Amino acid sequence: MGTLAEEILSARLGRPVHAGEIVVADVDYAMSHDTTSPLAIEAFRKLGRPLWDPSRIVIAIDHVVPASTPAVAITHQHIRQFTQDEGIANFFEAGSGICHQLMVEKGFVAPGSIVVGGDSHTVTYGALGAFATGMGSTDIGLVYATGKTWFRVPQTVRFEVEGSFGHGVTAKDLTLLMVKTIGVSGAVYAAVEYGGPTVRALSISERMTLANMAIEMGGKVGLIEADEVTDRYLAGRVRYDTGTGHLRPIDPDYRRIVELNVDDLVPLVACPPEVDNVRPVTDVVGTPLDEVFIGTCTNGRLDDLALAARVLEGRTINPRTRCIIIPASREVQLQALEHGYIETFMRAGAHIGSPGCGPCIGRHFGVLGKGERALTTMNRNFTGRMGDATAEIYLGNPATAAASAIEGAIADPRAFL
Amino acid sequence: MGRVWRFGDNVNTDEIIPGRYNLTTDRAYLAEHVLCEVRPEFPTNVRPGDAIVGGDNFGCGSSREHAPVAIQAAGISCVIARSFARIFYRNAINIGLPILVSPEVSDAAQDGETIEVDPVTGRITLPDRGLVFHAEPLPPFVLRVAAVGGMLEFVKQYGWEGVTRTEFA
Repeated sequence: MGTLAEEILSARLGRPVHAGEIVVADVDYAMSHDTTSPLAIEAFRKLGRPLWDPSRIVIAIDHVVPASTPAVAITHQHIRQFTQDEGIANFFEAGSGICHQLMVEKGFVAPGSIVVGGDSHTVTYGALGAFATGMGSTDIGLVYATGKTWFRVPQTVRFEVEGSFGHGVTAKDLTLLMVKTIGVSGAVYAAVEYGGPTVRALSISERMTLANMAIEMGGKVGLIEADEVTDRYLAGRVRYDTGTGHLRPIDPDYRRIVELNVDDLVPLVACPPEVDNVRPVTDVVGTPLDEVFIGTCTNGRLDDLALAARVLEGRTINPRTRCIIIPASREVQLQALEHGYIETFMRAGAHIGSPGCGPCIGRHFGVLGKGERALTTMNRNFTGRMGDATAEIYLGNPATAAASAIEGAIADPRAFL
Repeated sequence: MGRVWRFGDNVNTDEIIPGRYNLTTDRAYLAEHVLCEVRPEFPTNVRPGDAIVGGDNFGCGSSREHAPVAIQAAGISCVIARSFARIFYRNAINIGLPILVSPEVSDAAQDGETIEVDPVTGRITLPDRGLVFHAEPLPPFVLRVAAVGGMLEFVKQYGWEGVTRTEFA
């Protein structure tokens, strides 16, 4: 009996657990990438124990791909060597895609599973009804060695959403509305649970866009009940069954319930320098842009690229604005190629990057210079996130980003759809 | 005993150690750039024993353990805040960086004043003004983690069972 977070942890521990309790649980998979693996490997080596289970560890090189400097290349070599030495077969080489996209696409996440990752956006997998959370490298190193970790069972903030998206409005606008409503610390140390008819009607990709940004409210996990949409997506992908079926909240005691109606929602933009500084796009239309970036674990999937392609079809990117588009994975890139989206983007004048995080982490491939301004489909607009500390980052949906690239300034996508 | 370095709400890990410097596990290098985005003078002026006092949601953003590592490498003895983002909090515990939740100290402490912290009892004093505070006590296992120097050593000594133990001899 409890929230979805309590139900998943109770199922795993075989006894009812409640918010506030500290528990030690077995995890199903542990993930790390090129930034967080080195410290995790260091922690694992310090423990001096054998690997728990090489088949349950997933390592992706996605943050700085292809390598940008000799130092980065050496880090990648070090990680490759570790995967070879330890027999980690679930290793995804640079160009495969963003770790979170791969975790979902390649079937490492199942409803009712517990998955931990050395990256804060691990919360994304809650879209499939999994208890998935980001941790630091020492925690991940401990999981490498033991297959276990500790949790404080979280309280839950529940979003109950109804209504239908209007013209030019997407799951990204809903997630920005949520962050605006409760603020960047509105769910600190809590699980975020998403429900209601609007959420039920979303695709897995859209649900991932919601869960992905649970962390932007401080959330520990972002949970959506698994249902027939989840089962259809996972058929032929998922590698295991946790045996829990579709868990759901039972007589839950929520810390807070937030009711939202999206019928009148308009495209939103998060303005610098906080994710909860959210305004209707109409408030900032005309703000000149140096760069537009479409991609990331928030909005780099096929439906996101399809939306951007609808806007960019037959149009030209403004010469004062650089437009970078990076598919979230090779699978997404291939599908985008088959659908003709990549050609649409290239004819419009966009740069196409190899699947990975791109400029979202401010290390390469499109970083911003002094005083530059970007609108992106990312999840964070922190000072210095994309390069120089004086640069400004706006966050919006893929249609808003594409329309803004055409205008060379922040634009309302509704005029382009 | 050290000095207070005051920060506001929602200090994120990109500000603690920006992505462009977060390319290495070299602690000295991380310390050279820690918090440079928010207070450029911090890396050069910080002295061993100083304490950071933040506002709400300190350490929000990415999971990079490099953030508390950089703070620890700079010589900071303790981080106190009104509240912490959970991954940062966990990472600080794991590496043995003392970390205390105290809304009262977050409100009261002034930049540059002297501060004395006892992470075990949670007693925090601001001796220049004769103020004494008591932070929320940490779970017993967390205190033990700090005492043995971090989570790796804790799990080596006590195993995962140690996490739910309430007493340590």
